[in-house]
Amino acid sequence: MFAGAYMALCYVFIFLPVGVLVLFSFQAGDLPVPPFHGPSLRWYEAAFQDGRLVDAFTNSLLVGVISSAVSVFIGFLAAYGLARYDFWGKDVVRALIMLPLAVSYLLVGMGLLVSTSALGFGPSLITVIIGHVVINMPLAFAICLAQLGEHQRRIESAARDLGANTARVLFSITAPMIAPALIAAFCLCFTLSWDEFLIAFLNTRFDVTLPVVIWSLLRGGLNPETNAAGSFIFLVSVSLVLIVEFFLLRRRRA
Amino acid sequence: MNHLVVDRVTKLYGDAAALRDVSLSVAAHDYVVLLGPSGSGKTTLLSVIGGFTEPTSGRIEIAGADVTAIGPAKRPTTTVFQDYALFPHMSVEKNIGFGLKLRRVPKQARAERVARALDMVGLAAFGRRGIHELSGGQRQRVALARALILEPEILLLDEPLGALDLNLRRQMQDELLALQRRTGRCFVHVTHDQEEAMALASLIVVMNQGRVEDAGPPARVYARPATRFTATFMGESTEIAGEILSPGVAATKIGHLPAPKSLQAGATILIIRPENISADGTRDVKLGAARITEAVFQGAHYRVLAQSESGQDFVLRVPPSTAPAPGDTLTLSCGAEDLVAV
Amino acid sequence: MRRLAGFWFALPALAWILFFFALPVLIMAGYSVRPLNADGTMGPFSVADYAAFFAEPAYVTALIDSIITTLIVVAASTLLAYPFAWCIAYVVPKQYQRAALIAAILPFWTSYVVRSYAWLLALSPVGVVNKILLSLGLVGHPLMFAYNPQATEFGFVHFFLMLNTLTIYASLAQINPRYELAARDLGASAWRAFFEITLPLSIPGVAVGAFLTIVLCIGDYVTPQILGGFRELLLPQVIMMQIQRQLDLPMASTMSLLLTAVVALAYLSLQRWLKMARL
Repeated sequence: MFAGAYMALCYVFIFLPVGVLVLFSFQAGDLPVPPFHGPSLRWYEAAFQDGRLVDAFTNSLLVGVISSAVSVFIGFLAAYGLARYDFWGKDVVRALIMLPLAVSYLLVGMGLLVSTSALGFGPSLITVIIGHVVINMPLAFAICLAQLGEHQRRIESAARDLGANTARVLFSITAPMIAPALIAAFCLCFTLSWDEFLIAFLNTRFDVTLPVVIWSLLRGGLNPETNAAGSFIFLVSVSLVLIVEFFLLRRRRA
Repeated sequence: MNHLVVDRVTKLYGDAAALRDVSLSVAAHDYVVLLGPSGSGKTTLLSVIGGFTEPTSGRIEIAGADVTAIGPAKRPTTTVFQDYALFPHMSVEKNIGFGLKLRRVPKQARAERVARALDMVGLAAFGRRGIHELSGGQRQRVALARALILEPEILLLDEPLGALDLNLRRQMQDELLALQRRTGRCFVHVTHDQEEAMALASLIVVMNQGRVEDAGPPARVYARPATRFTATFMGESTEIAGEILSPGVAATKIGHLPAPKSLQAGATILIIRPENISADGTRDVKLGAARITEAVFQGAHYRVLAQSESGQDFVLRVPPSTAPAPGDTLTLSCGAEDLVAV
Repeated sequence: MRRLAGFWFALPALAWILFFFALPVLIMAGYSVRPLNADGTMGPFSVADYAAFFAEPAYVTALIDSIITTLIVVAASTLLAYPFAWCIAYVVPKQYQRAALIAAILPFWTSYVVRSYAWLLALSPVGVVNKILLSLGLVGHPLMFAYNPQATEFGFVHFFLMLNTLTIYASLAQINPRYELAARDLGASAWRAFFEITLPLSIPGVAVGAFLTIVLCIGDYVTPQILGGFRELLLPQVIMMQIQRQLDLPMASTMSLLLTAVVALAYLSLQRWLKMARL
């Protein structure tokens, strides 16, 4: 079947670079190109001992967790507001919240660079956190909005009927009900923040995130240590995606 | 006869048989209804006739030609699906004209035929509308027009009235019947609703677990069902278990009853439809006395459940004027022709 | 006041977007019309930077190259992704479709930097691709696959193939399979049913994918910088040079806004062409 052959070709094309990357991260030799000697963990050891990489890892973690938490929190609130209430200008608000999805990261990153420079602030991880919320919150918002349907509304009405006020309803009823979606949104935001390069590159100098460090490692030529670091980044992202998939799948069965 | 011939069709899915050795013969102007519960195979049979499913064994003949190997596109059948399957990105006109466009009917001729088809289903002004703008009943009519415009030898309908509310369903039943009479085409209609079947069919085919239980005109299938399943599915009845002692006589809990002479010695079940049992004891065959256990008012009559001393259960109808009440005793009788052996 | 309750809930998100996105963009716009003086300070209001951009052949070339590259990438990735998505939706058995899709987009979830670096490895003269070609005897000496515009396009298509597969599959998967059955029943061949029914109904998925591709591709700095060599620069690279070498933020702002304008134009024409109700 041509279909099978075409699909196989596509999969090979898709996995080629990642496969090469991961394979040669276990290279025992000095260069991340054929021939392959090994397997060996020496480059992973080198990576974990490399001060820059460890610092960058911590920074990426911080930026990821904080920006994702903020994104999900305000995205959830906004989704709740738009799903449960009608008010003048609702469509405009929705369009504005989703606006960052329609522009490239370059604009977001540049806007923040220019603004911080105009206000006299230097490069900083805080700017990166802010920028990541800008690009990820619309996604968290969209995911939550899709989950806040009629079914949840009825349960919330029942809770109100029993005397719960809005805050109670929100945090004791609604949030737990759509918990899988919230977790999925958090993981998605984290993954995107974890992988993001441009905004981080434009707005940091010394405290950098992992992708930015990889970038500077590239200056040093082809190096299996870069492979190890890159494979690690990939591994984290993929694990999160699979966790999200598992959560969504579990909800579907229930 | 023989406009549509289903010849010993079997369909197996692994070890499970959806159709077992099904045979059927249908005339050119028949309105055939395939009636049965879920899982009876009626939809599978429809699918086989339409060419969507290939039978494991057996043949299908339409208008004299063996079509078993032919796919749905080339078969002289068209189908109205349960959810109508109207193309959402096309207008009503384009939907109806789709089949004609495939057959390269020129634009002008196509437009005329589409207009006539719209007229026929009562949607003359709806040509330009989008599908999403139509109600359930309107969509059904568009689906019918789309299928009939191609003048198929056989029109297949898969539970077409299932999605409609009761009033609309009654109305559409009348329209379907009128349409079939007007176009003179053979309709094969699948449903699980025996009232719908009796209202529409010239030929009812009762199916159960992949087999044909009974096939015939509605009046005959109702009054003289061939099998116990058919009897139960077509409506309520009193079931009397009996033993054939000598030709023409069955021994039962309530005494000896006349039975068809052709029956062999052995066990049998006699059924009587509720409207055929009279409570004033005036008919030929005496059924004995029974005490009323329940009497439910149904408007034009009371539905009465009664039991004889020997433990035989009866279900019958009595006029409201007799005001039956639980505990009353009735003397039951029926005509000899009302006893049907299944 | 209860009517406004929804607004209060949405306020944090709205405020964040306005304050940290809309406002910075406005400040950028402000910068773009105050070009640098010779001594490095910002001058008075003037559109000189915009004029300078169009007057400089190197900049205009970069813009045009970005547009052309993006168009090529959109076309190539859509054409490759559609059959792939179609196979996942219609050839793969239902219970494996989700797994097949996830496998198809797994490498999507990794940083641009890592992915471009990985392609560099694979395509370099001592990399895997060349080694395979050499050992199969198909070439006599290693070919220079990397450090040219084609390598950039290659890297882009790799990424956007996955993205478009996702959007097109999502669109195909929610088409009622009865439509195709009905079309076949009415006399259509398999090809005809595809062109008249399946293809038109899948266009929204194609459109969303195409738009995301345009937005992400035209603004990407990493892929051309790592894979493209330095003969043919794309606009994001030129912008980065303004920031790092020239330290000319106003000019960089001007260029970024021009880039955004191109994307906005693409969005409007796409929307007009497809009558998308909302993105």
